[in-house]
Amino acid sequence: MKQPIIQIRNLGKEFKTSSGTVRALEGINLDIYQGEIFGIIGLSGAGKSTLVRCINYLEVPTEGDVLFEGESLASMTPAQQRKTRRSMGMIFQQFNLLAQRNVIRNVCFPMELSGVPKKEARARAMELLKTVGLEEKAKAYPVQLSGGQKQRVAIARALAMNPKVILCDEATSALDPNTTKSILALLKEINQKMGVTVIMITHEMSVIESICSRVAIIDQSRIAEVGSVSEIFSEPKTRIGRQLILGDAIHQANFGKSKKVRIIFDGRESEEPVISNLVLACRTPVNILYAATRDLDGKAMGQMIIQLPEDETEARRVYSYLKTVKIPFEEVTEYDV
Amino acid sequence: MTFDASTVEMIKTGIWETVYMTFLSSFLAYVIGLPLGVLLVVIDEDGIRPVPWLHKILGVVINLLRSVPFLILLFIVLPLSKLIIGTRIGSPAMIVPLTIAAAPYIARVVESSLREIDAGVIEAAKSMGASNWQIIWKVLLPECRPSLLVGAALAVTTILSYSAMAGFTGGGGLGAIAINNGYYRNEPFLMWVSVVLLVVLVQIIQEAGMRLSRLGDKRIR
Repeated sequence: MKQPIIQIRNLGKEFKTSSGTVRALEGINLDIYQGEIFGIIGLSGAGKSTLVRCINYLEVPTEGDVLFEGESLASMTPAQQRKTRRSMGMIFQQFNLLAQRNVIRNVCFPMELSGVPKKEARARAMELLKTVGLEEKAKAYPVQLSGGQKQRVAIARALAMNPKVILCDEATSALDPNTTKSILALLKEINQKMGVTVIMITHEMSVIESICSRVAIIDQSRIAEVGSVSEIFSEPKTRIGRQLILGDAIHQANFGKSKKVRIIFDGRESEEPVISNLVLACRTPVNILYAATRDLDGKAMGQMIIQLPEDETEARRVYSYLKTVKIPFEEVTEYDV
Repeated sequence: MTFDASTVEMIKTGIWETVYMTFLSSFLAYVIGLPLGVLLVVIDEDGIRPVPWLHKILGVVINLLRSVPFLILLFIVLPLSKLIIGTRIGSPAMIVPLTIAAAPYIARVVESSLREIDAGVIEAAKSMGASNWQIIWKVLLPECRPSLLVGAALAVTTILSYSAMAGFTGGGGLGAIAINNGYYRNEPFLMWVSVVLLVVLVQIIQEAGMRLSRLGDKRIR
């Protein structure tokens, strides 16, 4: 394995509030390696946003240390910490662009802060806008951009100082699914082309699944599990892991004395997975009580009796699905079966 | 009364005196009040460099100054005007009390404008390694510019109305004309002319402030 670029050592963080001390993080140990896309997932309030802010010392941990390329952030002076922060770009859920600056000046901002000559900064900013596909928006102001475009500007801004790491704090949580996909693809491209290590904080398993190589699950201020995404996805070891990964898939439906429905197969394509589609579309399990179907020259013939969950709304969802896809069905009583 | 050349001349002088008292003391009050307002935000508990005890003291002092009625402050401060400007009467002498009264007010106006900033934007600047000075100069003040301009229109019009009290201390301006000529010498017409001119001045300043604010605000498409 490659060198760890970030080592988190026994990190803890407490907040003092009017109602007492809140422990946001406890005994966190993590190694994040050069060039990987590392995911940190957890439910809201688990402490993941605090954790990412401790990595660049926006929040100062109350215990433990963070090593960036082997250098301890805890033992640095504030000026040195600021300098180190420039090697870690950060993007946010709410983009946090400067509203009174146009796109190119937003991208120039970090370079302006560290005294890069204006001309040089502009040229670099244009190049970065090309990378994120927004060069024609250089003169636009943030208010004129869509959410996805704003995040692209934020990514260009985060890349301006040639960082070694990009911290993403729920970077796609305010975006629609398609935009999320394109932003994730962009991050992956940056990771592969520039070799930038990416740390993704999210509450969405799909984000982890689509781009991360390794993942840490954080629950109640502690790390519950760490491992490769494929490992954790195939075999989550903790309760929180199962909850996050399987989610609604382990949906417990109660059947008991609920309604039964006869579905009639009258020659639909036999290649069509009718029941699977139904389950996926309605997001509820059904109980197959009886089935007799045959494939006649590619047409499905026969019938099937399925039992619907007791929950009224879920049963109704199944009914309306059957109606929309025009599958003939009838309700059956105990006697008919 | 007759509306002769000398009356017109007097009103012209009055307008000029009101304008210069207002703008000169507004400028000086901003020189003091703007940094104070910034300081109030910066050293607040959730500011970028919290200093709670100083914040508390500053808050008390500002409130104290703001709670003294202007007319009383005017008489208290006049000896100071004598010391600084060399006279305790006339329009120039008004500059000192106006500045002292307006500075804490402006500090509060600036403070409330700066509080409108999104904490996330400051956090982003910090994540890029910005120092506190850089956050103040490059984030806080430019991002709040529209709101600061609206606040300035508010502050200047308030100072304008304060300046109208100059008549009580032998100062000039439209307010003095309204009080001395209009009220004491019972020339209601002259009083109304002064008041209308004051209203017009307030309108112009307010409108100019709002327009400048809107013109420069990039959050408007």
